[in-house]
Amino acid sequence: MKRASPTRQRLAALGLLGIPLLTYPLIALPEGTLLGIPASYVYLFGVWAGLIALAALVAERKGK
Amino acid sequence: MAHKILIVDDEPNIVISLEFLMKKEGFEVAVANDGEEALAKVAAFNPDLLLLDVMMPKKSGFEVCEALRADPSRAGLLILMLTAKGRDTEVAKGLAIGADAYVTKPFSTKELVAKVKDMLGVA
Amino acid sequence: MLAGWFVALLSAAYLALLFAVARFGDARADGGRSIISANVYALSLAVYCTSWTFFGSVGRATSGGLSFLTIYLGPTLMLLCVTVIVKMIRISKAYRITSIADFIASRYGKSQLLAGMVTVIAVIGVVPYIALQLKAVAASLDVLFEQSGHAVFFWGLDSTFLIALVLALFTILFGTRHLDATERHEGMVAAVAFESVVKLVAFMAVGLFVTYGMFGGLSDLFGKAMASPELGRLLQHDQARAGTWTSLIVLSGLAIILLPRQFQIIVVENVDESHLKRAVWMFPLYLLLINIFVLPLAIGGLLHFSGQGVNPDTFVLTLPLARGAEALALLAFIGGLSAATGMVIVETIALSTMVCNDLAMPLLLRSRWLQAARRQDLSGLLIGIRRAAIVLILLLGYIYFRAAGEAYALVGIGLISFSAVAQFAPVLFGGMYWKQATHAGATAGLLAGFAVWLYTLLLPSFAKSGWIGSGFVEQGLFGIEWLRAQALFGLSGMDEISHCLWWSMLANIACYVVVSLNSTPDAMEASQAERFVDILRHGRRDADARLWRGKTSLGAVVELLERFLGANRAHQQLAIYAAGRGYADWQTLPADAEFVHFAETELAGAIGSASARVMVSSVVQEEDLGLEEVLDILDEATQVRAYSRELEAKQRELEAATAELRAANERLRELDRMKDDFISTVTHELRTPLTSIRALSEMLHEDPRTELTDRKRFLGIIVNEAERLTRLINQILDMAKLESGRAEWTTGDVDIGEVVRESMDSLGQLFREKGVLLAGDFPEHGPVVQADRDRLMQVMINLLSNAVKFVPGDGGRVRVDVGCQGGLVRVVVSDNGPGLTAEECSVIFEKFRQGGNTLTDKPKGTGLGLPISRQIVEYFGGNLWAESRPGEGACFIFTVPLPAPEK
Repeated sequence: MKRASPTRQRLAALGLLGIPLLTYPLIALPEGTLLGIPASYVYLFGVWAGLIALAALVAERKGK
Repeated sequence: MAHKILIVDDEPNIVISLEFLMKKEGFEVAVANDGEEALAKVAAFNPDLLLLDVMMPKKSGFEVCEALRADPSRAGLLILMLTAKGRDTEVAKGLAIGADAYVTKPFSTKELVAKVKDMLGVA
Repeated sequence: MLAGWFVALLSAAYLALLFAVARFGDARADGGRSIISANVYALSLAVYCTSWTFFGSVGRATSGGLSFLTIYLGPTLMLLCVTVIVKMIRISKAYRITSIADFIASRYGKSQLLAGMVTVIAVIGVVPYIALQLKAVAASLDVLFEQSGHAVFFWGLDSTFLIALVLALFTILFGTRHLDATERHEGMVAAVAFESVVKLVAFMAVGLFVTYGMFGGLSDLFGKAMASPELGRLLQHDQARAGTWTSLIVLSGLAIILLPRQFQIIVVENVDESHLKRAVWMFPLYLLLINIFVLPLAIGGLLHFSGQGVNPDTFVLTLPLARGAEALALLAFIGGLSAATGMVIVETIALSTMVCNDLAMPLLLRSRWLQAARRQDLSGLLIGIRRAAIVLILLLGYIYFRAAGEAYALVGIGLISFSAVAQFAPVLFGGMYWKQATHAGATAGLLAGFAVWLYTLLLPSFAKSGWIGSGFVEQGLFGIEWLRAQALFGLSGMDEISHCLWWSMLANIACYVVVSLNSTPDAMEASQAERFVDILRHGRRDADARLWRGKTSLGAVVELLERFLGANRAHQQLAIYAAGRGYADWQTLPADAEFVHFAETELAGAIGSASARVMVSSVVQEEDLGLEEVLDILDEATQVRAYSRELEAKQRELEAATAELRAANERLRELDRMKDDFISTVTHELRTPLTSIRALSEMLHEDPRTELTDRKRFLGIIVNEAERLTRLINQILDMAKLESGRAEWTTGDVDIGEVVRESMDSLGQLFREKGVLLAGDFPEHGPVVQADRDRLMQVMINLLSNAVKFVPGDGGRVRVDVGCQGGLVRVVVSDNGPGLTAEECSVIFEKFRQGGNTLTDKPKGTGLGLPISRQIVEYFGGNLWAESRPGEGACFIFTVPLPAPEK
């Protein structure tokens, strides 16, 4: 059986990491505001953007 | 004029025996106890033949031999190597780097004297 | 003021632009210079963002707060499973899969029944979604014209119907322009990517305008929202909705692949697997950008229109209009139109392909009319069917809109569709990884899931709009309480979507698995299962060809291709295939298994795999392979693979063994060399005293007249050297015994104090002669250890005699200390001799390596004393080592363990 490439494995791992980060109960944790913006809003978009940035880093890495 | 022989060995008792043997045959003899001293004595004493032990502190007999053969002004110097290590490789190595003859220890005094005389062309 | 004609003109101009982009894309594709790059592919995925996103998300956010985001988080996570998507793309390319129905049917034995079922579910499931687009465009038109005071009726028809008609025409022009049905729609993909950019720009523009133009930025908006208890609620997560949050993420994650249009774009239209690597982050980034201003827009709308009853689904338009920004409103309208047209075009093209291949073709192939017209070119008919299907689907969307549309917000309608296509998940993913899954299992699973969806979601949506009675929702079917449509078996407290997802998936998966396990696949299913699951392995072609046996003529198969592909296209493909097999002219091709396989794959690209199977078998006399036979062939292939793997493993083992042997050989040689060195050294050591003895005795023997003094001197040397020789031989033998483990030991209680004192006494004379001071600090008796007394004595004497050898005569001092420390007796012999370098400290324990090389005098000794002493001490479990620095004397230390204290 051919094994999935390291890049694909890393991306899948990233997906698995995203599940707990973007569901209850974690998303309900941030409270209060940050620079006048609700922390829950900042948290969701922040984690989301972080995942995207990491995925871009993994997927676009040169080599292979 | 008597031929000059330099005896190089780190075993004092061997030196004593060789010195005695060569003097008895009428050669002029000098002694060195290690490789470095040997090179110094060659320059000072200007021998015709070297009785050279292989296993010595500071500089081995092989190194001394190589150094002397690299010096063109010493081209006529005869070198007879003595070794207690009887392996063929040692003999081959000694001859390859320029020794004229090779005798293993323990040696027969008669044979050694005959060899030395033969090399020096003394009847 | 926005005039009706102006809006119409603008819309027409925009659609014309789209059309131009598509034409350009098609032209480039025909010219072999595809414009589908990784970026275009990633942007085209954003066909996922429809009117729902453009208008509906804002509406959803006004009631559900941040929950609208789940619809975009699911796809973000799903896309990261690149491995699954790549496998899907590989399968689709290898077998010319044209749609999700084709994919599922092909996996389960090219079943026409299954293809039809999937098509029906997809059409029924997606029609509400198409209705949603119509509703959104209609609503946005209403908003524009209401503001400008126009009524929207043309020839007595309502605007929504007109929109449906225009979109149908446009899609027909767009997607079925080619007579050739098998090509990818590169122009369409390009246009969709272009639309994605337009809608993103439009939405961001409105978002920026409202946030920074109408309000004082994000913090101002959020600050005002938090001041009001009602709006503040939107900014907080409601723990009670945790279940809904998760279900929506799951649902949208599945939808990104299972919606017919998404499957079309991600799988069928993919030109290069590596494009996925771009899409995996760029598409989520797109989703993130288009969602940043959703919540600010919702809050802005609620604040601005507080109490005016403006539909929140239209905030994107009404907010700019409220400020008189008509140009921006027009841009937003074009953005919304983009979102709607993009979705409708791709969705209806995907669905029409499914309807044509998997519903219409099977019926036509059975009809007598088609038999009569056998020789006719059918490629035109195929296109016709597709066009009709497009019109039909849009018409259905319109009907649904009329029937149920008004009762639901945009997002509600979309979620109904998501739940329908989620029913494909078990059979699709199961089929890719589970060989045992059967046709019967897939049918059962799909039917069960679809039935539950129909009953718990679609019918209640009709009931809600008053189209059918709502008794089954409120009191349960036939008044049975536990059959209430949205609280099945009393499961209440969930929202309707989660409720449907839970029950439909339970029914779907349970039926799929249980029936699969209890049914036997036929030969075709078994071979398809093998092909799908093992697609990533190599060497499939071979088995593909071998799985078919039969007789046919080249002419019959070629005629079939001509009928469905059109003559030109058929001849073109045949020529390419012939060249690949090394034939100059396709007319000389043999009608063998491989050729039939090629023809069937080509045909599958035009009419779907199930219909292709039927058509091919109609012109070929096939020998039916029994299930047994198919399994045998597949087994054989599997066995060959297993066998080659075994061989590889064997080879690796052999290589490892060879390497080990080589290493062992190397070690042996090394040992041999060491032994050789050892013997050579021993020889040297023995020959040296022998040389003096022989030379001197020969001289004495031959010359009796030697002077007396010389004679005495020589005899003294001979005696000394003979002694040295004896000592040496004894030690070598001792060493050999110790090393080979044959030494004899008499172990008993040994008093260390006594041993030390006795050794000092026995060497006392030697020390006195040389004038060396020997002192010690140790108890009269003890400590007592288990050891061999004589051997310990040997060690002690060796250390002491070494010391006396190296210290200077007169002024030399040697000192012995005995102490106990951590269960060890520690004996230290220290001197004030010249000392040793760190290197020498270790070298002196090697055999025949003596210290003091730098001294002019060759030290007396054999060079074996210390190695022997170390061997002895180590035998008793202790250690022997030296500590010293040049010029500071040396310390020899040995330890022997004390016996364990008795209990």
